[in-house]
Amino acid sequence: MTPYAYIIALLPLFSFLMIVFFLRWKEQVSSLFSISMIVLGWVLSLIVFIETLGRNGAPYESYFYITSFAGINFELGILVDSLTAIMLMVVTTVGACVQIYSVGYMKDDPRYSRFFAYLSLFTFSMLGLVLANNFFMIFIFWELVGLTSYLLISFWFEKKSAADAGKKAFITTRIGDLGFIVGLMMIAFYAGTFNYQGVFAKAAGGQIPAGILTVTAIFVFCGAVGKSAQFPLHVWLPDAMEGPTPVSALIHAATMVAAGVYLVARSMPIFASTADGAMVVATIGLITSFIAASIGLVQNDIKRILAYSTVSQLGYMIMALGLFGHDTALGEESVGYTAGTLHLMTHAFFKGLLFLGAGSVIHAVHTNDIQDMGGLSNKMKITTWTFIIASLSIAGIFPLSGFWSKDEIVATTLHHPVFFIGTLTIAFMTAFYMFRLCFLTFFGKPRDHHRYDHAHESPNVMTYPLVLLAVLSIFAGWWALPWLSHGYSSFVHFGEVKHEGPNYALMLISTIVAVSGITLAYLMYYRRSISAEKAAERFKPIYTFLYNKWYFDELYQKVIIDPIMKIADFMWNFDARVIDGAVNGTAWLTVLWSDIKLWFDVWIVDGAVNGSGWIIRQLGGALRYLQTGSMQFYALFIVVLVVLIAVFKFELVRIDRAWPFLTLVLALGFVALRFYSRLAAERNDGQSGISQEEKS
Amino acid sequence: MVYYLALAALLFAIGLFGVMTRRNAIGILMSLELMFNAANINFVAFNQYLGGNGMAGQLFALFVVVVAAAEATVGLAIVLLIYRNWRGVDADNVSIMKW
Repeated sequence: MTPYAYIIALLPLFSFLMIVFFLRWKEQVSSLFSISMIVLGWVLSLIVFIETLGRNGAPYESYFYITSFAGINFELGILVDSLTAIMLMVVTTVGACVQIYSVGYMKDDPRYSRFFAYLSLFTFSMLGLVLANNFFMIFIFWELVGLTSYLLISFWFEKKSAADAGKKAFITTRIGDLGFIVGLMMIAFYAGTFNYQGVFAKAAGGQIPAGILTVTAIFVFCGAVGKSAQFPLHVWLPDAMEGPTPVSALIHAATMVAAGVYLVARSMPIFASTADGAMVVATIGLITSFIAASIGLVQNDIKRILAYSTVSQLGYMIMALGLFGHDTALGEESVGYTAGTLHLMTHAFFKGLLFLGAGSVIHAVHTNDIQDMGGLSNKMKITTWTFIIASLSIAGIFPLSGFWSKDEIVATTLHHPVFFIGTLTIAFMTAFYMFRLCFLTFFGKPRDHHRYDHAHESPNVMTYPLVLLAVLSIFAGWWALPWLSHGYSSFVHFGEVKHEGPNYALMLISTIVAVSGITLAYLMYYRRSISAEKAAERFKPIYTFLYNKWYFDELYQKVIIDPIMKIADFMWNFDARVIDGAVNGTAWLTVLWSDIKLWFDVWIVDGAVNGSGWIIRQLGGALRYLQTGSMQFYALFIVVLVVLIAVFKFELVRIDRAWPFLTLVLALGFVALRFYSRLAAERNDGQSGISQEEKS
Repeated sequence: MVYYLALAALLFAIGLFGVMTRRNAIGILMSLELMFNAANINFVAFNQYLGGNGMAGQLFALFVVVVAAAEATVGLAIVLLIYRNWRGVDADNVSIMKW
């Protein structure tokens, strides 16, 4: 199956095309078709996954050349190794769950079919991205992911906030992509190829100068910063909540934000060759993670909390991968690669579950504000328990998935004190805000009775995916149990297989941190023995600062958007005044010049033409009366002229003396003719056509 | 020689006068014949006067006589048509081809 792995990506594309062109009008058929395609894709992914396990993660690559430009081959192909296989599983599993869930969530939406078409296109883009075997292809799918995320975030485009959020996501990620493009160009220039293996061979072989490699790594990382919502481009992800909740689940779990982490993991040979570049990556990851977790502490919108949690967890992964690159470049041992990718997988499951659960809650109470919820556990058993499983998992409670991946990340930071403390702090905050969310939503007394009375458990089509993801949230991490000698770390690894035995001290520390976070949340929001309001009052400046998300949006508004608007305003004025002025001025001059030419044409050119015509007419009008019709008159004329010619010929009168006289005679003759013609014309008035009568 | 020329000139003048003044179309034609013959006399006279052994002048005179005969035929045919149309041969009436 592995050589045909591209079929997995083509299935959702097929369903997208089918829905757009044929099935759009049959809503149920559209969704069924889309789901069956992705389930089929899941089955094929499973086969590919098992085959890759059989090869022990050895990469399989097949491709063909499309074209070649400036010595660089552009390829179309697939690369299947352990990372790809895992990503295929994650994307198809979460994608399938989200699609099944959407059948219930999007019921009665007027653009139901279109939603499934977009979901299919989104899945296709992400699958293509993980299957790609070169940087050029990954960039194409990278942009496709960006496009479809834009379409889905602003799916309810009637809402201005949704349309704005879509734009924000698109533009913000575009800033990162600009860096990515520069990185790609540097790769093409210095490595002479886009192919992963070729580029990595050059990077690892030291054929690219170290400084160039560092800059390239940072530029490539820019792409990941945009897509994976890292500081300072993290602002789009919380706003992306405006999209339908299944979309949030997909974006946050399997696609889009995973793409950035995947890119860093995939390009690890580059980062692992440059300690400085990798350190930048790790630092950005830590900063992002910390900022996002601190904002998550005080938010009240259920989806927004989850969004900041996602940003924070992505920061974790990026940090782990960055530290791994740093340590590897310095020749030290590290488990960061395994940790980052493992966390990417486990996070996909429990974050997908959290979002779908949040969607289920929103579906039931029609609000996003957790202050208006409470006590929902009585009404929504399945949602509550799956949500709590996911929360325990993300908080890192033994023995759920999240515990193992988080443990690995903590282990990665062991030799970096700042990162170690930061990671534990963030783990504490994560446990706290997740359980603050849980307690406020599902326990305690209902704060809004009206909403509470109308709440109900979601239909089966929505709860089954929750249960499936809950199972995965519990067990997916068990693959990485440190007691297994051939577990996850021997499948997904970078360089030599590194297997570390269980570190019980570390497990104890992270468990204590997580449990204390949960306990604090329990005391504040369940037992209410510590008043949350008083704490907020006590630390008011910090609370306000966090509540307003560190004022990032306001800062960007002031520092970036306002100046740009000012420049745009200036440009508009410049355009309106100077350029339009020049254009209109030219037009005005042209009109003026045309008027002059019109006048010239009418009076001079036409005048000359009409004037000559007029002269000829006058001459003709006079001279016609010489044609009397009397033959004898003509004969007389001839005689007179012959005599005249003879006179001048024999110089009886010299013409050079006689010409004034002759002219006078001619003029007089002409005037006489004119005079005669008047008379003749008047006489003829009454007798027009007389000759005709005579003839008959 | 001068007599010949004088005769020819006289004859020509009479013909011209006839052409100018006659109203009768047949009279005009007859006057034209006079002018032809004046020219013929000149041809013959100059041929004799200039000497040489050429007969060009004489031959030209003969040509003129032949052409004049043809011309008289055409002219008389026209006159006949004029007569049929206007019931007369007055040339002044035949002035429809004017302005």
